[in-house]
Amino acid sequence: MLGDIALLLVGAVLVNNFVLVQFLGLCPFMGVSNKLETAMGMSVATTFVLTLASVCSYLTYNYLLIPLDLAYLRTISFILVIAVVVQFTEMVVRKTSPLLHRVLGVFLPLITTNCAVLGVALLNINQAHNFIESLFYGLGAALGFSLVLVLFAAMRERLAVADVPEPFQGAAIGMITAGLASLAFMGFAGLI
Amino acid sequence: MPALLADQPLLGALLALLCLGAVFGALLGYAAVRFRVEGNPISEQINALLPQTQCGQCGYPGCRPYSEAIAEGDAINKCPPGGEETIQALADLLDVEPQPLDAEHGVEKEPVVAWIREDECIGCTKCIQACPVDAILGAAKVMHTVIADECTGCDLCIEPCPVDCIDLIPRKQGIGYWHWPLPADRAPRFDVIASDAHRQDAA
Amino acid sequence: MRAIHDIHGGIHPPDRKSLSRPGELRDAAIPRTLMLPVRQHLGVPAKAVVAVGESVLGGQLMAEAQGAMSVPVHAPTSGRVIDVAPYPLAHASGLQDICIVLETDGKDEWRLMSGVTNWRELSPEALIERIRDAGIAGMGGAGFPTAVKLNLGPARPIETLLVNGTECEPYITADDTLMQCQAAALIEGAQILAHVVGAGHILIGIEDNKPEAIARVEAAALEAGANIEVATFPTKYPSGGEKQIIEILTGQQVPSGGIPADIGLVCVNPGTAVAARQAICEGRPLTHRIVTLTGEALARPGNVMACLGTPIEDLLVEAGLTLGAEQRIIHGGPMMGFAVSDLSAPITKITNCLLAPTLSELPLPGPAKPCIRCGHCAEACPASLLPQQLYWYARAKDQEQLTEHRLFDCIECGACAYVCPSQIPLVQYYRAAKGQIRDSEQERKRSDNSRDRFEARQARLDAEHAAREAKRAARKAAAESKADEEGADPIQAAIERAKARKAEQDKTP
Repeated sequence: MLGDIALLLVGAVLVNNFVLVQFLGLCPFMGVSNKLETAMGMSVATTFVLTLASVCSYLTYNYLLIPLDLAYLRTISFILVIAVVVQFTEMVVRKTSPLLHRVLGVFLPLITTNCAVLGVALLNINQAHNFIESLFYGLGAALGFSLVLVLFAAMRERLAVADVPEPFQGAAIGMITAGLASLAFMGFAGLI
Repeated sequence: MPALLADQPLLGALLALLCLGAVFGALLGYAAVRFRVEGNPISEQINALLPQTQCGQCGYPGCRPYSEAIAEGDAINKCPPGGEETIQALADLLDVEPQPLDAEHGVEKEPVVAWIREDECIGCTKCIQACPVDAILGAAKVMHTVIADECTGCDLCIEPCPVDCIDLIPRKQGIGYWHWPLPADRAPRFDVIASDAHRQDAA
Repeated sequence: MRAIHDIHGGIHPPDRKSLSRPGELRDAAIPRTLMLPVRQHLGVPAKAVVAVGESVLGGQLMAEAQGAMSVPVHAPTSGRVIDVAPYPLAHASGLQDICIVLETDGKDEWRLMSGVTNWRELSPEALIERIRDAGIAGMGGAGFPTAVKLNLGPARPIETLLVNGTECEPYITADDTLMQCQAAALIEGAQILAHVVGAGHILIGIEDNKPEAIARVEAAALEAGANIEVATFPTKYPSGGEKQIIEILTGQQVPSGGIPADIGLVCVNPGTAVAARQAICEGRPLTHRIVTLTGEALARPGNVMACLGTPIEDLLVEAGLTLGAEQRIIHGGPMMGFAVSDLSAPITKITNCLLAPTLSELPLPGPAKPCIRCGHCAEACPASLLPQQLYWYARAKDQEQLTEHRLFDCIECGACAYVCPSQIPLVQYYRAAKGQIRDSEQERKRSDNSRDRFEARQARLDAEHAAREAKRAARKAAAESKADEEGADPIQAAIERAKARKAEQDKTP
């Protein structure tokens, strides 16, 4: 059991990293990784949202949709669940840290449409995870996202002060670096 | 109930979604009240970055109104006394792109202080009333003088003076204020060629 | 034997010390005019107390200290004051500052302060006062007021007085010459300073490329019967930095942003110690210093005892300067010195060397090439900083990151620039960045102050307004209540009263 969970986590964080291997959640990844502090804030927010959303979607699917034979409504109801969880998170963040709220304000609703969050919820169904597995899959996805976001933010901070040729400055060199990082993560392919 | 759902699956689906929506709506409504936040503290942090000259060049009657405007979303490039440095600091704080200073509001000049030519001062106190930081010492029919350490160089005292005896002089003069300049960005690559060798051989 | 530690990094440039013949000291000729800047130290400039036309004697007070972080200036010889005005200084900026110009009369008549032989009986406070009145500032190059450095207070107990005889910079041999020629004075000076700070132990650190100096100082210490430890250590640049020599000799590091007194040490230059002894025992203020004149453009390089205020060109001409093409005259050493633009500028308390290299000896630096991120700079840094990161952040003017990467722990030794394969003038970037950060700090303080004053003024105006309103409301209320008492119209009532009074007056003749 524990071994399964460990494999699941390693898979979600490294081997099938949601950002660099499965190419989900690229929007917040490119948008928030300019500074290390905002990246860390965003990764904490996403971890919270992803784990909670993963659990809530599992519960919604298994205890509401399946008994009522409404499995085909899973996409729309998952979006509903995720939107509510994000709104809730936004309210909590606004209360606890106004600056983080001012900075992340535009991105919190973005987590709603972050395909990584919906992706995790739907993949849980596809791979027929049970409750514990769904929880850890969501957690793993979030940890993978956070890892890559923080690493990338550190790199982008260095790129911002480096001597980048003018046509490449800004997002362009960011995308190239993301591509190279993606190539690097392919190295994990044979891990499990 | 399951019979109804079996007969009319669309109705059942709609009902299920409605129920879900209602439950979530209630949860969010409760959260909105529970986690209500008052005020707009970000404007305090913005005000802390502005140079406090209270000159009004940004179009607002002072630095605090401008900081509140920025918190509402106004542009950050309207402050000439703050200059590039303030724009950069505001951009860092608010995580927006720094923009060049809006020339409509003025240009960045070196820091200045006001200086009263005492021979011409008539002691009318008009400049004292105009100064936003009480940097002018004096009273009616008594000599007025500017306390240089407190003066922000906002130039609000220049206009009211009926005899036009106030000058603005540069604040940072002399060897005590000098510091090393940043080296010029390196020469273009085509300078590093063989014909430069004469600078490096044995004299 | 004391355990010798090593510092991180460091470089071994050719030391070129034999060129200036350490150990041979001659007196420089007294020039015709002396220019004494009122600021030869770190801190507030002194204020001239002599008037144009006044005759002065050697040792006479010319400029008074202004407050604690200030040092007085004394006349190096007798003469007449001919001007007190801004003149070019030997400063990296090339700017001018107020100098007292003295026309010497060649008679060299002196007026000394009182000297004492029994300094052991004087209190530390009395000795510090004498040191302050003698105009002593750190002679190693920074010019920190010595009286302030010694006046530490009970919060920082001092165990060891460290005399920094390292002189690690190439070409410079002023301290070496002082230690060879004035070893006995150095020992007594060290003892005086140790008494002032209450240190129980005296340690003199000398690099191992100065065997003569080591021998003389050890002999003098033995002769004085003093319990003074002379420690030698391998030659490396920049072992002579205050924090570096402390790490080498004690293995302890001065905390970042702190001073040696935080770990129980006070570090002084040998010249400062000798000057202190001269002030206390002979009553002579600081008016002369040893200057190394070196470089292949000089025919007679060597060490001279020169009057403060001597114009640089006088000393160099005496040493046989041949002005070559693109000749640079460097004030200080090749690592930390700067080129002087105007040779009429005077030497000051911090001038330890004047270097006149030929172009082949010290070629002009080539254009800086792009940083290749090789990391040699980080390997060479004696303060274990990351010069490459500091360089990038200095270019980007990122003050937050610069402070986080400990920019202010940089001692500006130039080891990083020395090893840089792209010949990037790294230290220039750090100096510029430090200046900008200090500037921003100042501006922030000013604007915080302005904001407080503005808000106080607003509060005062609001209070005055409110008081006026309250008074007006009170008056209105009083008038209304009076109207209630008197009936309809208080004005009418007043007119009636006036009429009645007039009628009264008319009645009585």
